[in-house]
Amino acid sequence: MDAFETLATHYNYYVTIFLMVSGLFIVIARGNLIKKLIGLSLFQTSVYLLYLTPGKILGGTAPIYDKQYTVYSNPLPHVLMLTAIVVGVATLALGLALVVRIKEAYGTIEEDEIFAKDPETE
Amino acid sequence: MNAISWGAAEPHLPILLIVIPLLGSLLTTFIRRGAIAWFVTLIISLTLPLISITLLLQVLETGEPIIYDIGGWEAPFGIVYRVDQLSAFVLLVISLIGAVIMPFAARSVACEIPEPAQSWYYTMYLLCIAGLLGIVITNDAFNAFVFLEISSLSTYVLIAMGRNRRALLAAYQYLIMGTIGATMYIIGIGLLYVSTGTLNFDDMATRLPAAVADPGLRNATLTALGFVFVGLALKLALFPMHVWLPNAYAYAPSLATAFLAGTATKAAIYLFIRVGFSVFGVALTFESLPIPTILLALSIAGMFLASISAVFETDAKRMLAYSSVAQVGYITLGIALANQASMTGSLVHIANHAIMKTALFLALGAVFYRIGSVVYSDISGIGRKMPLTMGAFVVAGLGLIGIPGTSGFISKWYLSLGAIDDGLYSVVFMIVGSSLISVVYMGRITEVIWFREPSAAASEAKEAPLSMLLPLWLLAGATVYLGFDTRATVDVSAKATETLLGGIR
Repeated sequence: MDAFETLATHYNYYVTIFLMVSGLFIVIARGNLIKKLIGLSLFQTSVYLLYLTPGKILGGTAPIYDKQYTVYSNPLPHVLMLTAIVVGVATLALGLALVVRIKEAYGTIEEDEIFAKDPETE
Repeated sequence: MNAISWGAAEPHLPILLIVIPLLGSLLTTFIRRGAIAWFVTLIISLTLPLISITLLLQVLETGEPIIYDIGGWEAPFGIVYRVDQLSAFVLLVISLIGAVIMPFAARSVACEIPEPAQSWYYTMYLLCIAGLLGIVITNDAFNAFVFLEISSLSTYVLIAMGRNRRALLAAYQYLIMGTIGATMYIIGIGLLYVSTGTLNFDDMATRLPAAVADPGLRNATLTALGFVFVGLALKLALFPMHVWLPNAYAYAPSLATAFLAGTATKAAIYLFIRVGFSVFGVALTFESLPIPTILLALSIAGMFLASISAVFETDAKRMLAYSSVAQVGYITLGIALANQASMTGSLVHIANHAIMKTALFLALGAVFYRIGSVVYSDISGIGRKMPLTMGAFVVAGLGLIGIPGTSGFISKWYLSLGAIDDGLYSVVFMIVGSSLISVVYMGRITEVIWFREPSAAASEAKEAPLSMLLPLWLLAGATVYLGFDTRATVDVSAKATETLLGGIR
């Protein structure tokens, strides 16, 4: 019963960890450069959840000062994650731009084929 | 006391150090001509070390850290910049390297980067400087992550502009590894935020002991330490996590390699020291997890295995890149031992390695400018045609080996003293042993460039232009000078170490 309760109250964290690990796995296991970037994106997305979950206070309202309410949710994690999302988008865009250039230079985006063309790069 | 008068700008120097290159990068975006963009960048990068020197003198004089509240918001609420001895020292190293290589940049960039992209290249360069300086000056954990990503993203572009198509792949691989590292760091910071409720480094430091003592938070806090450790180890190219570095340095344009080799890993090392010593404190970092043992083992493995890889390289830039991994090993070795002498050695080596490695890569950049290659078979005998360039290369190389009378000897001396203080005599032998391997790889390339018959490419080379020789000899001269006059490096490092280790909680 205890285990079930932990699962029910902490399921956000389980989702976070699942996303984190599967993202990292895709980055390592896939040879396709775009799939790798998708994995990387997933890995970064898991961090957003990790930050946002503890920011929510049970029974708390939006952090706008009003005499009616005494409990507010923490707005800081949201602000931090807005920044992190921007960073993530920039990274993904730059990564995709690099993949376009790699495709132009090598004619393929499969890692093993690229290494076959340039054996010393490994 | 201050050498330079800044007038009304004086109290705002910490933020100006970041704002000037940021605005400069915006300015260069709108300039079409590469030469004009270069001039703007030159002016900006010459201003930065002046600011850093003023900050360093100020900190040394008062002995108190300079705190700058951005927008007037004080510590726990706003983001605060904090300059103490250690950060002022690293700021000076980064901004000086950035300034010294700028005269070199004009011709090197004009030759290696196509015209329409040149001014954007300087934009990326300025962004990278702003990011690196930001990592060092900020006192906010999340702000440090943002600066880390600013510098990293611009670094990927700097690398991808290399002429060889392999540069693209090197940049891509670095992007993957670098992003994983930065994300690990931010996961760690997130867990720390949950357990301490703050992002300010000073604030975090005062609240951490309570968090670790709390059984409900202890595991989360230690997990955070693990994440930050691994994430930053990726960024600073600690031995098994260094695989992105050799290709990135080898295929990047000469200017980018020279700049990154001197500065990029150093900023990550700084952040590592900041989190490990100032935030967690020596006691917590080193006793709750087996970090010193792991760090010591990986450092020594890096010192040997990366050096051995360097011996068998036939591309001069890749050879130096492997040597960089080995040299990072020396720096982290001193951090792992964590006593007064070894930390002093580490901090001194941050400066010394930055100077020597930049000099070596500048020399190769000059060779590349003349003959378009740095592979051993092409550069054989080039010493006869470019004696001044290659003379500086050998001087800096001697520094890298650690010959007495060069700055490399000073840092290794303090590292060895630190190892002896801890009773680890075997580590002293390993420092000497790894230095002997560096004799082999530097000896090999010296033999190639000086004692072989000139190759077809080398026999047509001319001496490098003055704008390239000047920064090169400045750095090579500094390698020798800092081997005799250690006031600038050792004294400041020793003081910074006292502050770091004095904060043992």
